[in-house]
Amino acid sequence: MHRTKVRIVEEALDANNTIAQANRADFDRAGVRVVNFMSAPGAGKTALLEHVVADTPGVRIGVLEGDVQGSMDADRLAALHVPVTQLNTDPSFGGECHLDANMVRSALPELPLAEIDLLVIENVGNLVCPAEFRVGEDARIMVSAVSEGEEKPLKYPLMFRACELVLINKIDLLPHLDFDLDRFLYNLDAVHPGVERITVSAKTGEGIEEWRDWLARVGSRVEAPA
Amino acid sequence: MHELSLSGAIVNTVVKHAAGRPVSVVSMRIGALRQVVPDTLEFYFGFVSKGTVCEGARLEQELIPARLRCATCEREWEIALPIFMCPGCGSAGRVEVASGEEFEVESIEVEETECIAQR
Repeated sequence: MHRTKVRIVEEALDANNTIAQANRADFDRAGVRVVNFMSAPGAGKTALLEHVVADTPGVRIGVLEGDVQGSMDADRLAALHVPVTQLNTDPSFGGECHLDANMVRSALPELPLAEIDLLVIENVGNLVCPAEFRVGEDARIMVSAVSEGEEKPLKYPLMFRACELVLINKIDLLPHLDFDLDRFLYNLDAVHPGVERITVSAKTGEGIEEWRDWLARVGSRVEAPA
Repeated sequence: MHELSLSGAIVNTVVKHAAGRPVSVVSMRIGALRQVVPDTLEFYFGFVSKGTVCEGARLEQELIPARLRCATCEREWEIALPIFMCPGCGSAGRVEVASGEEFEVESIEVEETECIAQR
């Protein structure tokens, strides 16, 4: 018995990225663009989707709903008569706190790709792990609610850097909070200079038009963000 | 908290290259921007590797500092905080990560039995 050193030099997440590329190729073949939608729990992902999934002109949207358990969010969106597929990480994946490429791959046969132009993958609410795992998406969007505080970009730089759009939600709460929006934007620009951002309120509808337009651009493959 | 999922990614990568041989050391290069807590990664690695060729292996972690490079003024510097603006010229749009995003299995040490070595 002797020991041998084996040089590897391989990103440990390459295996996930390879599966993500296979997913992306399958989505491309079906002519479907994909958004990975991420945030902390309770930032308002589902509420923001409720505003846009059924009435984004010219873009048929489907949702892949990732949760550890339950189908509460999927039920809310299915009520709007759009195709929703539930993916629970609990029964088969040990309650994972994020979606990875393999989980999304396992859901592929259930997705009605022929009926949609844009698939929104609502990730498990979590500001840490989802940032690490590509799932085969064209664009990544994250939501940060003003109730979470101004310092979040500095605390979770991986997530705030791993997206092409930041939706700053719950701005209807600004009069009731000590949240300083300028301070938040300063921190956001420090971590991810110039990243696109839209201030929205799922409650009042402020900013929703702009959010819908952004999504429509991704879905219609026109002027799509890189 | 992401150390659990990252440990799984390490074990999968190592198992692929170990080809069934027991692994005694796993050497990782980990960039500071990955925000990995070394003790937590070691704890989960011990847990996730159970029942695989990595069981009982020592996890070595080399921390790679986060360094940025400004394409405008060609300055290169190390950061402790996640501030991606150039302290020299104030440029933000052309700042690139030079190092610090690694999460790489650099090498492993495997135990070979003589009969395999002679083949």
